[in-house]
Amino acid sequence: MSASTLDKTQKAGMFRRMVLCRKFEERVYYLFLEGRLPGTVHQSAGQEASAVGVCSALVEGDVITSTHRPHSHAIARGLPVKSLMAELFAKSTGCCRGKGGSMHLGDLALGMLPAIAIVGGGIPLATGQALAFQYLGRKNIAACFFGDGAANIGTFHEAINMGAIWNLPVVYICENNKYGASTSVDKVMKVEHVSERAAAYGIPGVTVDGNDVEAVHRAMWSATERARTGSGPTLLELETYRFSGHSRSDPGHYRPQEEVAAWKQRDPVALYEKALTDQGILTEEEARQIHDSVEKELEEAVKFAEESPSPAAEDCLSDVFA
Amino acid sequence: MSLPETQIPAAEASARKLTMVEALREALSEEMRRDERVILLGEDIGIAGGFGGAFTVTLGLAEEFGHRRVVDTPISEAAIAGVAAGAAAGGLRPVADVQYGDFLFIAMDQLANQAAKLRYMSGGKISVPMVMRAPVGATTRGSQHGQSLEAFFTHVPGLKVACPSNPYDGKGLLKTAIRDDNPVIFFEHKLLYGSKGARKEAGGIEVLGHVPEKEYLIPFGQAKIARPGRDITIVANLLMVHRSLQAARILAERGIEAEVIDVRTLVPFDWDAVAESARRTRKLMIVEEDNLTGGWGAEVAARIGDICFGHLDAPIRRVAAPDTPVPFAPVMERFYIPSTDTIVATAQELVSSY
Ligand SMILES: Cc1ncc(C[n+]2csc(CCOP(=O)(O)OP(=O)(O)O)c2C)c(N)n1
Ligand SMILES: [Mg+2]
Repeated sequence: MSASTLDKTQKAGMFRRMVLCRKFEERVYYLFLEGRLPGTVHQSAGQEASAVGVCSALVEGDVITSTHRPHSHAIARGLPVKSLMAELFAKSTGCCRGKGGSMHLGDLALGMLPAIAIVGGGIPLATGQALAFQYLGRKNIAACFFGDGAANIGTFHEAINMGAIWNLPVVYICENNKYGASTSVDKVMKVEHVSERAAAYGIPGVTVDGNDVEAVHRAMWSATERARTGSGPTLLELETYRFSGHSRSDPGHYRPQEEVAAWKQRDPVALYEKALTDQGILTEEEARQIHDSVEKELEEAVKFAEESPSPAAEDCLSDVFA
Repeated sequence: MSLPETQIPAAEASARKLTMVEALREALSEEMRRDERVILLGEDIGIAGGFGGAFTVTLGLAEEFGHRRVVDTPISEAAIAGVAAGAAAGGLRPVADVQYGDFLFIAMDQLANQAAKLRYMSGGKISVPMVMRAPVGATTRGSQHGQSLEAFFTHVPGLKVACPSNPYDGKGLLKTAIRDDNPVIFFEHKLLYGSKGARKEAGGIEVLGHVPEKEYLIPFGQAKIARPGRDITIVANLLMVHRSLQAARILAERGIEAEVIDVRTLVPFDWDAVAESARRTRKLMIVEEDNLTGGWGAEVAARIGDICFGHLDAPIRRVAAPDTPVPFAPVMERFYIPSTDTIVATAQELVSSY
């Protein structure tokens, strides 16, 4: 696959993944309201284009790292939705066997380290994955997702600098959704773009419309080319917006309503659907079929999760050491 | 789960009842009113339309005291702790906080190497009057949002450690912490906050406590007998005080009178109170939510075993979480957190077998 040659099948596939991300979050939202899921959850509706655009440029063996907001990353990377849903239900068939939960979704064998819920905690880990790829002479890369908030924690500086000086095969992806919890980016950062900080490490920094999935794919594609050919990391900033509150319990009153409304006008899933149908790449009928098949897949995932066994209490004691 | 409130001595009683969150907020605002040097530092603590910190403790304080004194920071725990320590050495009395205690590991260098040691390394010339507030306790958020970390800090000379179990103690201890000339790590338990509305915790227990309107302070290093008893002493902190009290009520129905001691502060520790009780009941157990190995309970067991050797009729037992990370699934988490049943069974075994 390459940037200039996204064919119809690939585009339809990316669109389907985005719909899957969106509808997954919608289901999870209601499952939480109904009290059927334990714990807390940080949802990613509105950020599908960044998740899918990034992961569409990855190949088998590449690894992503993620954050407290990992649902779309996991889906975009292609983890089975059943195993994600089962994890949210705290079932033993979940991708972390019920030990991880929403904030730690992942499955390394399928290209995703368990998500890291410590802000910035995944940046050194991705860098380490890339060091292992380089050392072992593998052609793979690490793709490291983090938020705008993470750009202000020490690990961001320490790890990106290492990635840069050692020319590691890693792409640092900042999903700038304008807020870290209730805190607006401009309150905690003097530069306008996170990507400007790349200059401090001597690597390219690029800011891209994070709601345009093909733009994200193209930018990610060039960053992966650089990474795979030994030229080192790129800091990719994807400008986007979360439609929900920060977490399950957050009504989001700190965001101006006009701002939320303006971003909802730029809904990445709707934008892509319109682009694909306008360009005649998908017929309306085909788009509808995608929506229907996603609904069906999610229906089955919820059923699978609900019917799966819970772990035993004593399973708490296993997996501490290898 | 709904538990009756902790008993408090009659002299402390008043008609007014507050939640932990309200009591802590009142402590902060009273100290900020009386001392200009008290400032707050933390993430999402003063944003308009925001949360008032992860658990609403600082809600409304930015409106009263302004953003000069209620300072919203970037997500930068190491710098939050270090800036607080530096500002403390520079003449302020910062109260910093992390949203979850687990993030203290990021701040560890600044707390353990800087804040805790500035006084000593300067030959006693510097003091670091800062407070670091940190919520602990497992609440179905998994391995990185549910740890109990008291023991890490009791191990560092130069840090004081407080851990209130109820609103009355929360307010009195926080005010004392702010006035203390040393760095204080102030642990709060998520299930004891009594947060309301959207921030309400599933599984939280209603600990409404009497909090007098009249000002009071609670000195560090004074444990409280939360329930008197003659047959066995149970030493606990935070949520485990409540589980121990519940266990004591069940034990009482079976004819066993357990004395429950709420340590209130771990550094300094009230060795006299625990030793006196242990000598009287001749049996001691310790209950903590932290992992068993190297927990603060291990220190209590070792020291009391030493001081009270010859006065004890049974081995000292510890009830603690197993040596695993905090699991996510509720069924495993319930197994992980010491339960009332385990406390009852352990106490019963000690009383009946020795
Ligand atoms: C080290 C650390 N500090 C604080 C938190 C609490 N917290 C969780 S998410 C979050 C905001 C993160 O913002 P950002 O990085 O922009 O990601 P977003 O939530 O916008 O996806 C905060 C403060 C945390 N999980 N880890
Ligand atoms: Mg953000």
